[in-house]
This record gives sequence, C-alpha cells and structure tokens, in this order.
Amino acid sequence: MTNIVPALLAATLETLIMVAVSVFFCAVFGLTLGAWLAISSPQGIAPSPAVHHLLAAFANVSRSIPFLVLIVLLLPFTRLLVGTAIGTAAAIIPLVVGGTPYAARLVEAALLDVDPGLMQAVVTLGASPAQAIWKVYVPEAIPGLIRAFTVLTITIINFSAMAGAVGGGGLGDLAIRYGYQRFRLDVLVLCCVILIVLVQAIQFGGTSLARRLDRR
Amino acid sequence: MRSSLRTTEGRSIPRNDSISLSAFPAIYVHGLTKRFAGAPAAALNGVDLEVETGTIHGVLGLSGAGKSTLLRCIARLEKPDAGEIRIAGSDWTSLSDSELRRVRGKMGIVFQQLHLVASRTVASNIALPLELHGTPRAETASRVAELLDWFGIADKAMQYPAQLSGGQRQRVAVARALATEPRVLLADEPTSALDPETRASVLATLNRIRDQLGVSVLIITHDLRSIAGLCDSVTILDAGQVVETGPALQVLNHPSSEVTRRMLAYTQSPSMELKDSRHRHFEEIAQP
Repeated sequence: MTNIVPALLAATLETLIMVAVSVFFCAVFGLTLGAWLAISSPQGIAPSPAVHHLLAAFANVSRSIPFLVLIVLLLPFTRLLVGTAIGTAAAIIPLVVGGTPYAARLVEAALLDVDPGLMQAVVTLGASPAQAIWKVYVPEAIPGLIRAFTVLTITIINFSAMAGAVGGGGLGDLAIRYGYQRFRLDVLVLCCVILIVLVQAIQFGGTSLARRLDRR
Repeated sequence: MRSSLRTTEGRSIPRNDSISLSAFPAIYVHGLTKRFAGAPAAALNGVDLEVETGTIHGVLGLSGAGKSTLLRCIARLEKPDAGEIRIAGSDWTSLSDSELRRVRGKMGIVFQQLHLVASRTVASNIALPLELHGTPRAETASRVAELLDWFGIADKAMQYPAQLSGGQRQRVAVARALATEPRVLLADEPTSALDPETRASVLATLNRIRDQLGVSVLIITHDLRSIAGLCDSVTILDAGQVVETGPALQVLNHPSSEVTRRMLAYTQSPSMELKDSRHRHFEEIAQP
C-alpha cells in the first residue's frame, strides 16, 4: 500500500496540472466564442443570424465527437504541437479542443441570462457594444460564469481521466494501469476517492463563490 | 461644480450650446411612423408631438395605443419608418449608431423596470453613464456626490440596488439618468405598480427636476390619475395616432375625444381631487 502513495501523489499532481492548464485555455477560448455566440444570438445586443449559425455549427460539431475519438483524431495535431502523443502535455491539447465548445455554450447561457432590458438601458446611456459587454454584460454574468466554469472544471476532470486511459497520465492513467491491468482494486478505489473529493471541493467552492458574488 | 443642479432662480441651463434652448422645443416629433414586420397595423401612424423646454408632458393612452413604441422611437431604440425627431433642435432621426452614442448623454431615460446594474453599488450605477462618455474620474466623483446629495441617498452610496427600498431604487435610476446633465428626461410608466408613498415620492422628484433643474420631462403612462396634476401638457394616443393634445388642464377638464373621456371615467373616483403641480385646483373634471 505504502509503495503506491508516491505514484498516487504524482498522478494527482498530473491531473491537477492537466485540469488547471486545460480549464485556463478553455476559459479564454470559451469566453471569446461564448461571448460572440451570445452577442450574435437573436436575444443578443447585436443579433446576426449568419454569424450565430456559423459559430453554433462549429460548437455543435466539436461537441458531437466523443472525447475518446477526438483524442485519436487529434493525434497528428497533438504530435505537431508538443512533439509527442503521450503524457500530460499531450493530453492537454484534446482537453482544450474538446472543452472549448462546451465552455462556449456554458458562457453563452450565462451571458444570455443577463436581463436583455438592462442591456438596452445601458445602450441608451451611451455604451458602445464593447463597453456594454465589458462594463455590464460580463460583470452581471459573473455568478453565472463561475457556475459555468465549475461545471466545466468538473467535466475536464472527467475528460482528463478518459485521456489517462490512452496514456495521458494522471489519475485515470493510474487507475487503468494499476487498478485494471494489474488487478489492484485498492488503487482503483483510491483514484476514485481522490476524484470524488476533488469534484466535491470544486463544486462546493464554485457554488459558494457564485453565491457570495451574486448581488441580485 | 457644474450648472445643472442650480435652482431655476440661478440656473444656467445651456452648457455647450451657442444657441438658446428656448429657440426649439425640448422634444419635437413630426409625422413619426413605425410599423413592425407582420403587424396588421402601424404601431405609430404620423405622430406629432412637442414638449416645451422646462415642462412636463404626459403621453397617455390605453394598452396598445403605441406609447411604448413612441418612447422607444424617441430614444432611438427603434428606427422609425418615417418622420422626424429633434431633441433640443438637433435632428436625431438620421444619426448613425456612433453619432447616436455621442449625443445620448443629452437624453436621460428612466425605464419602468429601472434596470439598475445589480453588480454595481449605488454610486457606481450613477457613475456608469459618465464612465461610458469618458468623463474624467475626479469630475465623475464630484458629479456623483452632487447627485447622491440632491436625491437624499448619500448614505446609500456603497450599497447595492438589491439592498434598497423601491423608492430609493427609483431615485437611483433617476439620478443615473441625470448624471450626464441631459436636457430631456423620458420616464416610462414611472408610477405604475408602486405603493402610494413611493408614487408620491416619484412624482415629487419629477416635479423638482422640472422646477429646480429646468429639465424637460416626457412621461409615458396609462396612469392618468397619478400624473394628471403633474403635467403641464398632455397628448392622448390611440391606435398609434394622436387623438388629442394640449395643456393638461384643458384636455382633462374638457376632453374632446372619446378615448380621453373613457380614460377619465376609468380613473375617476368619488374622492378624487386633481391638483396640478403648482397647487392650482382643477375645475370639476368633465363627466364622460
């Protein structure tokens, strides 16, 4: 049992790094894509059916591909970017590609939750579309965005465990290599316990923060 | 300190204009027409309207009369199909979006739902239009302090809208609308769904804005009873057309249209005594 502790700690650290880096990039790309989706939607502040349909199609196509298939599909691209298709760094590429459209849809929903009447009122105060977004739209949506990123982080943790199954490192990798292939049920259970604790902590933290920042 | 909060005795209303305000009506609307796609009839059909500088004008009408569309067109939230809109002499009809953004500070709007920014404090809400127009920080701070003081909400500066009463939220919304020292204030149903005390407070505030700041106010409402004593002049709208317009006392005491008579009948109660804002008593309201 004791000889597995360093491996568990290393795998947990790998998962945390994978998730943190992936969530960061998913958040950056997802916020951009999600903001455009929200702005161009029929309820948005600058409705544009053509732009909206194009972006929505992109988000939908990306989300239609099962994550395991996406990892395989992206292997050449991953190799091109990080020089290898195995390990934590290589796992981050499909995590970002798979997570971004998901993040974008969550961001879109959080932004569209802002009262459209408020956005019109801000326009009458003299706001440009950019000012309306950064001074009102995003600050008003912050509790919703925190809830969205909480869901996104948990999803990325699930994805990262899946990436582990194909050599991505982290807890998923450890659970498959030791728990499944070497019949170490204790390792399998410990990996699951760590993942459960991680998800619970993130959900609790996200919900509490969103509640604290919600001024409505 | 800028001029807009001086009382009428000492006020100097024109700020950056070389022409006198009184040369033009505060709001001039001519032949305004708006038809929404798929609608069987025009929402507005050749509406004419004039609001004199320093007066309160009420646009009254039953539901579906076109009041909200009129407000949205004057505020240029909707582009009219035809007609002309002039604010203090400037043509607002043909302005592009960017030109419109630059002049929006000349018109304040108080929406029925107020639309305060929940994530901003009271002071920050009032500062928002000034931030949007690029007003320097020091000037913004002093203007906000001035408005907080004038509206009696200085002690609420650091609170959030959700922590305020209905009346206090109304005052914040009006203060925000006046932050850029507009010539004109549009108020959409400012008294509907309010308790009597808050309603009286809103009416008193609008009265002060006209009398002490010289701001011209256009009120859109169906709540004839509340605003009858406040308005200097009124326009009655029905099916997108003006059916009657004139001094409030004349229109309400001697209505010439059936719609006005119906509205008066709906709102009149045995104990109702309408007074105007300068404490003149109405003559007995004409019976429908």
